[in-house]
Amino acid sequence: MSRLHEYLIRLADDNLILSQRLSEYISRAPELEEDLAVANIALDHLGVAMHLLSYAAEVQGDGRTADDLAFLRSEREYTNVLLVEQPNVDFAHIIARQFLFDAYQTGLWQALAASNDETLAGVAAKAAKEAAYHLRHSSGWMIRLGDGTAESHDRAQAALATLWRFVDELFAGDDLDAEMAATGYGVAPEELRSEWDHRVDSTLTAATLQRSEDGYQRSGGRNGFHTEQLGHLLGEMQWMQRSYPGLQW
Amino acid sequence: MDAAFVPGVAVVTSALSLRKILGEVVDPEIPVLTIADLGILRKVEEAADGTIRVTITPTYSGCPAMDHLRAEIERVLGEHGHDRVAITTVFAPAWTTDWMTSEGRTKLEKYGIAPPRQDPTEEILCPRCRDDGSRLVSEFGATACKALRVCSSCGEPFDHFKEI
Repeated sequence: MSRLHEYLIRLADDNLILSQRLSEYISRAPELEEDLAVANIALDHLGVAMHLLSYAAEVQGDGRTADDLAFLRSEREYTNVLLVEQPNVDFAHIIARQFLFDAYQTGLWQALAASNDETLAGVAAKAAKEAAYHLRHSSGWMIRLGDGTAESHDRAQAALATLWRFVDELFAGDDLDAEMAATGYGVAPEELRSEWDHRVDSTLTAATLQRSEDGYQRSGGRNGFHTEQLGHLLGEMQWMQRSYPGLQW
Repeated sequence: MDAAFVPGVAVVTSALSLRKILGEVVDPEIPVLTIADLGILRKVEEAADGTIRVTITPTYSGCPAMDHLRAEIERVLGEHGHDRVAITTVFAPAWTTDWMTSEGRTKLEKYGIAPPRQDPTEEILCPRCRDDGSRLVSEFGATACKALRVCSSCGEPFDHFKEI
Protein backbone atom coordinates (compact mmCIF):
# COMPACT_ATOMS: atom_id res chain seq x y z
CA MET A 1 0.00 0.00 0.00
CA SER A 2 1.44 3.37 -0.94
CA ARG A 3 2.28 5.73 1.89
CA LEU A 4 0.38 8.58 0.28
CA HIS A 5 -2.69 6.35 0.09
CA GLU A 6 -2.41 5.60 3.81
CA TYR A 7 -2.03 9.27 4.60
CA LEU A 8 -5.07 10.27 2.54
CA ILE A 9 -7.09 7.54 4.24
CA ARG A 10 -6.43 8.87 7.73
CA LEU A 11 -7.32 12.43 6.71
CA ALA A 12 -10.48 11.14 5.04
CA ASP A 13 -11.48 8.91 7.96
CA ASP A 14 -11.45 11.81 10.44
CA ASN A 15 -13.94 13.63 8.24
CA LEU A 16 -16.08 10.66 7.32
CA ILE A 17 -16.58 9.48 10.88
CA LEU A 18 -17.30 12.97 12.22
CA SER A 19 -19.77 13.50 9.41
CA GLN A 20 -21.58 10.29 10.31
CA ARG A 21 -21.70 11.30 13.98
CA LEU A 22 -23.12 14.72 13.17
CA SER A 23 -25.67 13.19 10.81
CA GLU A 24 -27.02 11.04 13.66
CA TYR A 25 -27.98 14.26 15.42
CA ILE A 26 -30.05 15.76 12.60
CA SER A 27 -33.63 16.46 13.78
CA ARG A 28 -32.52 16.44 17.43
CA ALA A 29 -30.78 19.81 17.79
CA PRO A 30 -32.21 22.28 20.34
CA GLU A 31 -33.43 24.60 17.59
CA LEU A 32 -34.12 24.42 13.87
CA GLU A 33 -31.22 26.68 12.95
CA GLU A 34 -28.80 24.35 14.71
CA ASP A 35 -30.27 21.38 12.92
CA LEU A 36 -29.43 23.14 9.66
CA ALA A 37 -25.98 24.04 10.93
CA VAL A 38 -25.19 20.47 11.99
CA ALA A 39 -26.44 19.14 8.64
CA ASN A 40 -24.34 21.66 6.71
CA ILE A 41 -21.21 20.97 8.71
CA ALA A 42 -21.72 17.22 8.30
CA LEU A 43 -22.06 17.74 4.56
CA ASP A 44 -18.81 19.72 4.38
CA HIS A 45 -16.96 16.93 6.22
CA LEU A 46 -18.55 14.32 3.98
CA GLY A 47 -17.50 16.24 0.88
CA VAL A 48 -13.89 16.44 2.07
CA ALA A 49 -13.94 12.72 2.92
CA MET A 50 -15.38 11.85 -0.49
CA HIS A 51 -12.74 13.84 -2.38
CA LEU A 52 -9.91 12.36 -0.30
CA LEU A 53 -11.20 8.79 -0.60
CA SER A 54 -11.65 9.18 -4.36
CA TYR A 55 -8.09 10.40 -4.61
CA ALA A 56 -6.85 7.63 -2.28
CA ALA A 57 -8.58 5.10 -4.54
CA GLU A 58 -6.97 6.64 -7.61
CA VAL A 59 -3.50 6.64 -6.00
CA GLN A 60 -3.85 2.99 -5.06
CA GLY A 61 -5.29 1.96 -8.42
CA ASP A 62 -6.38 -1.49 -7.27
CA GLY A 63 -9.92 -1.10 -8.55
CA ARG A 64 -11.47 -0.17 -5.23
CA THR A 65 -13.66 2.92 -5.31
CA ALA A 66 -14.26 5.64 -2.72
CA ASP A 67 -17.48 3.83 -1.78
CA ASP A 68 -15.62 0.55 -1.28
CA LEU A 69 -13.18 2.33 1.03
CA ALA A 70 -16.01 3.90 3.03
CA PHE A 71 -18.35 0.94 3.28
CA LEU A 72 -16.19 -2.17 3.09
CA ARG A 73 -13.33 -1.50 5.46
CA SER A 74 -13.48 -2.94 8.96
CA GLU A 75 -13.02 -1.10 12.22
CA ARG A 76 -9.33 -2.06 12.44
CA GLU A 77 -8.73 -0.58 8.99
CA TYR A 78 -10.17 2.80 9.98
CA THR A 79 -7.44 5.21 11.08
CA ASN A 80 -9.41 8.23 12.31
CA VAL A 81 -8.52 9.89 15.61
CA LEU A 82 -10.59 8.75 18.60
CA LEU A 83 -12.08 12.20 19.21
CA VAL A 84 -14.34 12.15 16.14
CA GLU A 85 -15.93 8.77 16.94
CA GLN A 86 -17.07 9.84 20.43
CA PRO A 87 -20.85 9.74 20.90
CA ASN A 88 -23.12 12.77 20.76
CA VAL A 89 -24.36 12.55 24.41
CA ASP A 90 -25.82 16.08 24.48
CA PHE A 91 -25.53 19.37 22.62
CA ALA A 92 -22.57 20.47 24.77
CA HIS A 93 -20.63 17.33 23.77
CA ILE A 94 -21.36 17.93 20.10
CA ILE A 95 -20.19 21.53 20.27
CA ALA A 96 -17.11 20.75 22.40
CA ARG A 97 -16.04 17.88 20.10
CA GLN A 98 -16.53 20.09 17.08
CA PHE A 99 -14.70 23.01 18.67
CA LEU A 100 -11.62 20.97 19.62
CA PHE A 101 -11.56 19.39 16.18
CA ASP A 102 -12.27 22.58 14.18
CA ALA A 103 -9.41 24.33 15.98
CA TYR A 104 -7.16 21.44 14.85
CA GLN A 105 -8.40 21.21 11.27
CA THR A 106 -8.20 24.97 10.73
CA GLY A 107 -4.43 24.79 11.20
CA LEU A 108 -4.10 21.43 9.45
CA TRP A 109 -5.78 22.51 6.21
CA GLN A 110 -3.94 25.82 6.13
CA ALA A 111 -0.67 23.89 6.30
CA LEU A 112 -1.75 21.22 3.79
CA ALA A 113 -2.84 23.89 1.31
CA ALA A 114 0.92 24.21 0.70
CA SER A 115 1.36 20.45 0.09
CA ASN A 116 3.59 19.36 -2.79
CA ASP A 117 0.77 17.13 -3.87
CA GLU A 118 -1.41 19.28 -6.09
CA THR A 119 -4.67 17.42 -5.51
CA LEU A 120 -4.27 17.30 -1.73
CA ALA A 121 -3.36 21.01 -1.72
CA GLY A 122 -6.52 21.81 -3.69
CA VAL A 123 -8.81 19.85 -1.36
CA ALA A 124 -7.06 21.41 1.67
CA ALA A 125 -7.35 24.99 0.40
CA LYS A 126 -11.08 24.52 -0.01
CA ALA A 127 -11.48 22.76 3.33
CA ALA A 128 -9.50 25.52 5.08
CA LYS A 129 -12.21 28.04 4.26
CA GLU A 130 -14.89 25.70 5.56
CA ALA A 131 -12.97 24.82 8.73
CA ALA A 132 -12.56 28.50 9.58
CA TYR A 133 -16.29 28.94 9.23
CA HIS A 134 -17.02 25.84 11.32
CA LEU A 135 -14.68 27.11 14.03
CA ARG A 136 -16.49 30.45 14.15
CA HIS A 137 -19.73 28.57 14.72
CA SER A 138 -18.43 26.15 17.35
CA SER A 139 -16.45 28.88 19.18
CA GLY A 140 -19.56 31.05 19.32
CA TRP A 141 -21.48 28.20 20.92
CA MET A 142 -18.68 27.35 23.38
CA ILE A 143 -18.89 30.95 24.61
CA ARG A 144 -22.69 30.96 24.81
CA LEU A 145 -22.78 27.63 26.65
CA GLY A 146 -19.86 28.37 28.96
CA ASP A 147 -20.90 31.91 29.76
CA GLY A 148 -24.62 31.11 29.67
CA THR A 149 -26.64 29.51 32.46
CA ALA A 150 -25.24 27.43 35.31
CA GLU A 151 -26.64 24.33 33.59
CA SER A 152 -25.09 25.07 30.18
CA HIS A 153 -21.78 25.98 31.83
CA ASP A 154 -21.67 22.71 33.77
CA ARG A 155 -22.53 20.65 30.72
CA ALA A 156 -19.90 22.38 28.58
CA GLN A 157 -17.30 21.85 31.29
CA ALA A 158 -18.30 18.21 31.67
CA ALA A 159 -18.02 17.71 27.91
CA LEU A 160 -14.51 19.16 27.93
CA ALA A 161 -13.59 16.87 30.81
CA THR A 162 -14.78 13.84 28.84
CA LEU A 163 -13.22 14.79 25.52
CA TRP A 164 -9.90 16.26 26.62
CA ARG A 165 -8.36 12.78 26.90
CA PHE A 166 -8.47 12.59 23.09
CA VAL A 167 -6.64 15.89 22.44
CA ASP A 168 -3.00 14.78 22.54
CA GLU A 169 -3.65 12.18 19.88
CA LEU A 170 -4.41 14.96 17.39
CA PHE A 171 -0.82 16.14 17.65
CA ALA A 172 1.04 12.86 18.17
CA GLY A 173 2.83 12.34 14.89
CA ASP A 174 3.97 8.88 13.85
CA ASP A 175 6.33 7.51 11.17
CA LEU A 176 3.82 8.16 8.41
CA ASP A 177 3.34 11.80 9.45
CA ALA A 178 7.11 12.30 9.61
CA GLU A 179 7.60 10.71 6.21
CA MET A 180 4.86 12.80 4.61
CA ALA A 181 6.21 15.98 6.21
CA ALA A 182 9.71 15.16 4.94
CA THR A 183 8.51 14.73 1.36
CA GLY A 184 6.50 17.95 1.56
CA TYR A 185 3.24 16.07 0.98
CA GLY A 186 2.04 16.32 4.55
CA VAL A 187 2.57 18.16 7.77
CA ALA A 188 4.01 17.12 11.15
CA PRO A 189 1.02 17.46 13.52
CA GLU A 190 3.30 18.47 16.42
CA GLU A 191 3.83 21.77 14.63
CA LEU A 192 0.12 22.55 14.80
CA ARG A 193 -0.09 22.38 18.59
CA SER A 194 0.95 25.87 19.71
CA GLU A 195 -1.43 27.58 17.34
CA TRP A 196 -4.20 25.23 18.49
CA ASP A 197 -3.45 26.05 22.14
CA HIS A 198 -3.74 29.72 21.36
CA ARG A 199 -7.03 29.35 19.47
CA VAL A 200 -8.59 27.15 22.12
CA ASP A 201 -7.41 29.20 25.10
CA SER A 202 -8.75 32.50 23.81
CA THR A 203 -12.22 31.00 23.33
CA LEU A 204 -12.20 29.10 26.64
CA THR A 205 -11.28 32.29 28.50
CA ALA A 206 -14.20 34.14 26.91
CA ALA A 207 -16.40 31.15 27.73
CA THR A 208 -15.30 31.08 31.41
CA LEU A 209 -14.36 27.42 30.90
CA GLN A 210 -11.27 25.55 32.05
CA ARG A 211 -8.96 23.23 30.21
CA SER A 212 -9.15 19.74 31.55
CA GLU A 213 -5.67 18.54 30.91
CA ASP A 214 -4.15 16.67 33.78
CA GLY A 215 -5.94 13.44 33.07
CA TYR A 216 -5.06 10.27 31.24
CA GLN A 217 -4.63 10.56 27.47
CA ARG A 218 -5.95 7.97 25.03
CA SER A 219 -4.60 7.17 21.58
CA GLY A 220 -4.50 4.34 19.05
CA GLY A 221 -6.92 5.51 16.37
CA ARG A 222 -4.16 6.07 13.80
CA ASN A 223 -3.19 2.40 14.21
CA GLY A 224 -6.75 1.15 14.02
CA PHE A 225 -7.22 0.63 17.77
CA HIS A 226 -10.51 2.32 18.51
CA THR A 227 -12.87 2.94 21.38
CA GLU A 228 -15.96 0.80 21.62
CA GLN A 229 -17.93 3.55 19.88
CA LEU A 230 -16.58 3.11 16.36
CA GLY A 231 -17.85 -0.42 15.80
CA HIS A 232 -21.42 0.63 16.53
CA LEU A 233 -21.11 3.61 14.23
CA LEU A 234 -19.73 1.51 11.37
CA GLY A 235 -22.38 -1.13 11.96
CA GLU A 236 -25.02 1.43 11.18
CA MET A 237 -23.13 3.22 8.42
CA GLN A 238 -22.13 0.06 6.55
CA TRP A 239 -25.21 -2.07 7.12
CA MET A 240 -26.72 -1.51 3.69
CA GLN A 241 -23.59 -2.40 1.70
CA ARG A 242 -22.80 -5.36 3.94
CA SER A 243 -26.31 -6.79 3.68
CA TYR A 244 -26.84 -6.02 0.00
CA PRO A 245 -23.36 -6.00 -1.57
CA GLY A 246 -23.05 -3.73 -4.59
CA LEU A 247 -26.40 -2.07 -4.02
CA GLN A 248 -26.70 1.23 -5.92
CA TRP A 249 -29.17 4.09 -5.66
CA MET B 1 -30.93 20.04 -34.77
CA ASP B 2 -29.16 22.72 -36.73
CA ALA B 3 -27.98 22.43 -40.29
CA ALA B 4 -24.35 22.09 -39.33
CA PHE B 5 -25.05 18.46 -38.44
CA VAL B 6 -24.63 16.98 -41.86
CA PRO B 7 -22.56 13.81 -41.51
CA GLY B 8 -18.98 14.40 -42.48
CA VAL B 9 -19.17 18.14 -42.02
CA ALA B 10 -17.11 19.32 -39.14
CA VAL B 11 -18.95 21.21 -36.45
CA VAL B 12 -16.94 24.15 -35.26
CA THR B 13 -18.40 25.86 -32.28
CA SER B 14 -16.76 28.87 -30.75
CA ALA B 15 -16.03 28.92 -27.05
CA LEU B 16 -18.42 31.86 -26.80
CA SER B 17 -21.37 29.94 -28.21
CA LEU B 18 -20.50 26.94 -26.04
CA ARG B 19 -20.70 29.25 -23.03
CA LYS B 20 -24.04 30.46 -24.29
CA ILE B 21 -25.31 26.88 -24.55
CA LEU B 22 -24.08 26.12 -21.04
CA GLY B 23 -25.94 29.23 -19.87
CA GLU B 24 -28.98 26.94 -19.85
CA VAL B 25 -27.53 24.96 -16.95
CA VAL B 26 -28.80 26.42 -13.70
CA ASP B 27 -28.07 25.71 -10.06
CA PRO B 28 -30.84 23.34 -8.85
CA GLU B 29 -31.01 25.05 -5.47
CA ILE B 30 -30.98 28.65 -6.77
CA PRO B 31 -32.50 28.24 -10.24
CA VAL B 32 -32.11 31.92 -11.20
CA LEU B 33 -28.34 31.47 -11.36
CA THR B 34 -26.51 29.71 -14.16
CA ILE B 35 -23.25 27.89 -13.56
CA ALA B 36 -21.53 30.76 -15.35
CA ASP B 37 -23.18 33.37 -13.05
CA LEU B 38 -21.94 31.40 -10.04
CA GLY B 39 -18.40 31.06 -11.31
CA ILE B 40 -18.65 27.25 -11.15
CA LEU B 41 -17.96 27.00 -14.89
CA ARG B 42 -14.23 27.55 -15.15
CA LYS B 43 -13.41 26.64 -18.73
CA VAL B 44 -15.02 25.26 -21.85
CA GLU B 45 -13.27 24.40 -25.07
CA GLU B 46 -13.62 22.15 -28.07
CA ALA B 47 -10.80 19.70 -28.65
CA ALA B 48 -9.54 18.83 -32.14
CA ASP B 49 -11.59 15.61 -32.16
CA GLY B 50 -14.79 17.51 -31.36
CA THR B 51 -14.90 16.58 -27.69
CA ILE B 52 -16.20 19.42 -25.56
CA ARG B 53 -13.99 19.79 -22.51
CA VAL B 54 -15.74 21.44 -19.59
CA THR B 55 -13.98 22.35 -16.35
CA ILE B 56 -16.06 23.03 -13.25
CA THR B 57 -15.31 23.63 -9.58
CA PRO B 58 -17.59 23.00 -6.57
CA THR B 59 -18.80 25.87 -4.40
CA TYR B 60 -18.41 23.81 -1.21
CA SER B 61 -16.63 20.48 -0.70
CA GLY B 62 -19.90 18.72 -0.01
CA CYS B 63 -21.99 20.51 -2.63
CA PRO B 64 -24.70 17.90 -3.36
CA ALA B 65 -25.52 19.51 -6.72
CA MET B 66 -22.34 18.47 -8.51
CA ASP B 67 -23.59 15.15 -9.88
CA HIS B 68 -26.77 16.83 -11.07
CA LEU B 69 -24.79 19.63 -12.74
CA ARG B 70 -22.52 17.17 -14.55
CA ALA B 71 -25.58 15.37 -15.90
CA GLU B 72 -27.17 18.68 -16.92
CA ILE B 73 -24.04 19.81 -18.75
CA GLU B 74 -24.02 16.56 -20.73
CA ARG B 75 -27.73 16.80 -21.44
CA VAL B 76 -27.65 20.43 -22.64
CA LEU B 77 -24.58 19.93 -24.82
CA GLY B 78 -26.13 16.73 -26.17
CA GLU B 79 -29.24 18.62 -27.19
CA HIS B 80 -27.02 20.91 -29.23
CA GLY B 81 -25.41 18.00 -30.97
CA HIS B 82 -22.32 17.60 -28.85
CA ASP B 83 -22.26 13.98 -27.82
CA ARG B 84 -18.66 13.78 -26.79
CA VAL B 85 -18.29 15.65 -23.52
CA ALA B 86 -15.50 15.40 -20.96
CA ILE B 87 -16.11 17.08 -17.64
CA THR B 88 -13.25 17.72 -15.22
CA THR B 89 -13.75 18.87 -11.64
CA VAL B 90 -10.95 21.01 -10.19
CA PHE B 91 -10.42 22.23 -6.62
CA ALA B 92 -7.64 24.74 -7.10
CA PRO B 93 -7.91 27.63 -7.08
CA ALA B 94 -10.71 27.25 -4.55
CA TRP B 95 -14.05 28.73 -5.55
CA THR B 96 -14.80 32.15 -4.14
CA THR B 97 -17.92 34.31 -4.25
CA ASP B 98 -15.74 36.96 -5.92
CA TRP B 99 -16.26 34.94 -9.10
CA MET B 100 -19.99 35.56 -9.12
CA THR B 101 -20.86 37.86 -12.02
CA SER B 102 -22.51 41.23 -11.40
CA GLU B 103 -25.45 39.97 -13.45
CA GLY B 104 -25.65 37.00 -11.09
CA ARG B 105 -25.64 39.29 -8.05
CA THR B 106 -28.51 41.35 -9.48
CA LYS B 107 -30.54 38.21 -10.26
CA LEU B 108 -29.90 36.87 -6.79
CA GLU B 109 -31.17 40.02 -5.09
CA LYS B 110 -34.31 40.08 -7.26
CA TYR B 111 -34.88 36.46 -6.25
CA GLY B 112 -34.89 37.53 -2.58
CA ILE B 113 -31.37 36.48 -1.55
CA ALA B 114 -28.87 39.12 -0.44
CA PRO B 115 -25.87 38.67 -2.75
CA PRO B 116 -22.32 38.18 -1.46
CA ARG B 117 -20.60 41.52 -0.91
CA GLN B 118 -17.53 42.42 -2.90
CA ASP B 119 -16.35 44.43 0.08
CA PRO B 120 -17.22 42.59 3.33
CA THR B 121 -17.03 45.83 5.35
CA GLU B 122 -20.18 47.03 3.56
CA GLU B 123 -23.56 46.46 5.17
CA ILE B 124 -25.76 43.63 3.93
CA LEU B 125 -28.91 45.08 2.35
CA CYS B 126 -32.31 43.48 2.89
CA PRO B 127 -33.35 42.19 -0.56
CA ARG B 128 -36.95 43.30 0.09
CA CYS B 129 -36.70 46.82 1.50
CA ARG B 130 -32.95 47.45 0.94
CA ASP B 131 -32.52 48.60 4.52
CA ASP B 132 -28.95 48.14 5.77
CA GLY B 133 -29.87 46.99 9.27
CA SER B 134 -30.23 43.26 9.85
CA ARG B 135 -29.06 40.67 12.33
CA LEU B 136 -27.66 37.21 11.90
CA VAL B 137 -30.05 34.43 12.93
CA SER B 138 -27.87 31.51 11.91
CA GLU B 139 -24.49 31.08 10.26
CA PHE B 140 -26.00 28.24 8.26
CA GLY B 141 -29.11 28.47 6.12
CA ALA B 142 -31.06 26.13 3.89
CA THR B 143 -27.96 25.38 1.82
CA ALA B 144 -24.25 25.46 2.67
CA CYS B 145 -23.73 28.72 0.78
CA LYS B 146 -26.30 30.77 2.67
CA ALA B 147 -26.71 32.31 6.13
CA LEU B 148 -30.03 33.30 7.63
CA ARG B 149 -30.70 36.92 8.64
CA VAL B 150 -33.68 39.01 9.65
CA CYS B 151 -34.24 42.60 8.55
CA SER B 152 -34.52 45.11 11.41
CA SER B 153 -36.65 47.45 9.32
CA CYS B 154 -39.29 45.33 7.56
CA GLY B 155 -38.91 42.40 9.92
CA GLU B 156 -38.70 39.82 7.13
CA PRO B 157 -36.24 36.94 7.35
CA PHE B 158 -33.93 36.54 4.36
CA ASP B 159 -31.06 34.44 3.10
CA HIS B 160 -27.64 35.95 2.59
CA PHE B 161 -25.23 34.30 0.16
CA LYS B 162 -22.08 34.14 2.30
CA GLU B 163 -18.79 35.53 1.11
CA ILE B 164 -16.08 32.88 1.01
